[in-house]
Amino acid sequence: MKKLMEKLGIENIDELFDDIPEEIRIDGIDIPPGKEEIEVEREIVSILKKNKSFEDMPSFLGGGIKPHYVPPAVRHIVSRSEFYTSYTPYQPEFSQGMLQSMFEYQSVICELTGMDVANISMYDAATALGEAARMSKRVSRKDVFIIPKNISWEKKSVLANYAKNAGIKVEEIPYDREGRADISALEKYGNGEVAGIYLENPNFFGIIEDRIDEINEMKEKTGAMVVMGVDPLLLSIVKPPSEYGADIVIGDGWMGNPMNFGGSRLGIFSCRKEHIRQMPGRIIGATVDKNGKRAFCMTLQTREQHIRRGKATSNICSNEALCAIAFVSYVAIMGRDGLRSVAIKNMENAKYVASKLSSIGFETPFSRNFFNEFVAIPPVDAEALNEKLLKNGIHGAFMLGQHFPELRNGLLYGVTEMHTKETIDRMVEMTREAINDV
Amino acid sequence: MYRMANYDEPLLNEIEERKARDVEIKISDKIRREKLNLPSLSERDVVKHFIHLSQMNYGVDTGIYPLGSCTMKYNPKLLEEVARSDKVEHIHPRQDETTVQGSLEIMHNLEEALCKITGMDAFSLQPIAGAHGEFTGMLIVRAYHESNGEERKEVIVPDSAHGTNPASARMAGFEVVEIPSKDGRVDIDALRSALSKNTAAFMLTNPNTLGIFEKDILEISKEVRKVGALLYYDGANLNAIMGKARPGDMGFDIVHLNLHKTFATPHGGGGPGAGPVGVKAELEKFLPVPRVVKEGETYHFDYSSRHSIGKVSNFYGNFPVLLKAYAYILMKGSDGLKEATERAVLNSNYLMSKVVGKHYTLPFGGSRMHEFVVSAKNLKERGIRALDVAKRLLDYGLHPPTIYFPLIVEEAMMIEPTESESMDALDKYAEIMNIIAEEDAELVRNAPSNAPIGRVDEALAARNPVLKWGDF
Ligand SMILES: Cc1ncc(COP(=O)(O)O)c(C=O)c1O
Repeated sequence: MKKLMEKLGIENIDELFDDIPEEIRIDGIDIPPGKEEIEVEREIVSILKKNKSFEDMPSFLGGGIKPHYVPPAVRHIVSRSEFYTSYTPYQPEFSQGMLQSMFEYQSVICELTGMDVANISMYDAATALGEAARMSKRVSRKDVFIIPKNISWEKKSVLANYAKNAGIKVEEIPYDREGRADISALEKYGNGEVAGIYLENPNFFGIIEDRIDEINEMKEKTGAMVVMGVDPLLLSIVKPPSEYGADIVIGDGWMGNPMNFGGSRLGIFSCRKEHIRQMPGRIIGATVDKNGKRAFCMTLQTREQHIRRGKATSNICSNEALCAIAFVSYVAIMGRDGLRSVAIKNMENAKYVASKLSSIGFETPFSRNFFNEFVAIPPVDAEALNEKLLKNGIHGAFMLGQHFPELRNGLLYGVTEMHTKETIDRMVEMTREAINDV
Repeated sequence: MYRMANYDEPLLNEIEERKARDVEIKISDKIRREKLNLPSLSERDVVKHFIHLSQMNYGVDTGIYPLGSCTMKYNPKLLEEVARSDKVEHIHPRQDETTVQGSLEIMHNLEEALCKITGMDAFSLQPIAGAHGEFTGMLIVRAYHESNGEERKEVIVPDSAHGTNPASARMAGFEVVEIPSKDGRVDIDALRSALSKNTAAFMLTNPNTLGIFEKDILEISKEVRKVGALLYYDGANLNAIMGKARPGDMGFDIVHLNLHKTFATPHGGGGPGAGPVGVKAELEKFLPVPRVVKEGETYHFDYSSRHSIGKVSNFYGNFPVLLKAYAYILMKGSDGLKEATERAVLNSNYLMSKVVGKHYTLPFGGSRMHEFVVSAKNLKERGIRALDVAKRLLDYGLHPPTIYFPLIVEEAMMIEPTESESMDALDKYAEIMNIIAEEDAELVRNAPSNAPIGRVDEALAARNPVLKWGDF
């Protein structure tokens, strides 16, 4: 510092801060002084020790996020510091690696969803829903956006914030006796009244959507855009949302990204070509360099805030780019057939848990096929059951009662490839014991 | 001479399949997917692919990255290491509170530290990026005025503001009023005439996007207060004032920070970041839920505030990013953060003294802080534009500055070296910028010639969108 100060001809560093008015000058911050690396590491490790991870305590929580395996190769790829220490690729000639990976991510999303275009990510699935509602209004110039009653309360809350200041009215349709969005409730809306309808596959109760014709018919009748929220893994084995009539497909892009307490995951966002000008977020395109060689760059930027400012389709700037690299490398490592086997494993494991629970007196209120989550009602108080399990080192399923009073004692189980037969059997055995005790 | 690796790297779908196998899908015919056009590749080939791609990418670890407004400082490796724990990664957001006490403690401690650093009273860590923090802040502005029974419609921003400012205000339903700058600062008269009972907030970056400190900030905040509006701080430039001044003391009511700038969490090629929002006590009740509260020795999520704007993201923010920022704050501590600021401002002023001259001019008088914006307009008579200089820098293995922002400077080059760079690195950067200014114009216009590819045809990309591999 001394050398630089001499070169600049200043004696006191504060000369460089002269513009700050005296009245508000401070000298230092009221936090402890800096620590050695080794101390910081110790301190953080000792705080984090108070957490119980999936390794410490198997969990059967669902509700959108679930544990999944992250192959070591994926970690290795996203740990390349040329990737993770770069900024948004404003200089394409120095960012071809990131840009090509992002282009591949978009390609993979489009293949899974059947959509024509995907952006490089939204912040998460909930903000993606908010952006989708706004986009459906921009495209249709209508004000009503419809959601099923059974989506997560977090999504509803975020959606409300994105919708209300855009003049969008969010209305709910109930779910039917089988736990599916009751699309017959849409009959009261006339053609052209609705901007968009949000459906999920699988839905919040884990149920796989199979009403392809009905949804397409409903779309025709209402003239609304269909927004579909998906688990990308399920899409490896079921027909893409495009066949269900979807115009926008969103979702939690968990692939390659750990649970992370719910953060640092991406929001999938993809749509049909005809609506691309109304799409939010960054898009990567292929082009050529001046010698005619294939190259990639950010494109269609006239939708974005740095060009359109207040009139942009969204304010998003930084997104979840590295999570998208994790996603595309996950898909590449697993491969088509690997993805499909994991999807099937998820479904089989969940079925196994459900049948075991049925055998010890649980009710499953919805008879439809489910993917890797399902609702079950224990023969005893759900909260008491969960407390017992927790004491025994197992985290029980998500209690639905608080948000769905009609399912007061309901539990939402999440089961994936991470749950071994031994873990499942141990959980079921402890559940059986708990039922007898409670 | 510098050379970046250059592979003619195929796309994933152009690589030979070596791992295809049959998988039986037991699911009803009606919905079963027949075709899935994704490749089944060997791990060896996938890893090679992405390592090649990483080698065709430039990061802070590669070299100087003086992208103005982005604070591309070095990201200490400890930060990556602590976030790699199963106690971070394998934690479900719906776990019982008793099993996530560690995460809650980190969040609580980070909120406290951010309050101390900024002079605010309470923080929410939920927003996921800077722009998301702005949006959150604007929702709070709206909730505040509504709670006073007022419906104020306008948000004022200076013409030097980042594009996300007006975009965020619009997303929250406000009309945006842009005021002109005067000599690179807020024009108080223009501000005064824009302010009215209809003004909800004034959004300001300080130091502003020219790297100039708004020295009339106390007068500005008085004027804003006079009409009952709120003052919003875009924290993108906090790296200029840590330990020297606090937005809270300047009269700001709401701030957002970019942890992926000031607090050394890596930018990931465009995220994940974190954009925490801090407020003064009277606005605390509007913050998103849940809040993290400490009772005795335990931590809880508190959902009780009736006035809260609700949620702005799915769960609690990007936890690994929050953790990294916390580790950085512990490492630096009170003196370290102040020193980082001092060094950042010193580096910037030193580099400016070497860059500004007959080729690159400094618009507006006065001093600069952690960054400065020069104009390359003098090179125009030789047919060289800021864009050309940027591309030519690549040939020397140097990342260019931000260009063409802020919009109020012609041929703008916005340079922020950060505290991470040595004097040698700064000397070299200035030297090369000046060499380029005198190089053969044709050579500069044709740059880069050393990068993996030549200049990209961005117009073609927009005219003829090819947005996935199926579009070729
Ligand atoms: C001045 C300023 N404000 C806001 C932002 C937006 O931050 P983010 O990209 O994290 O959304 C930026 C980022 O470039 C910025 O430079």
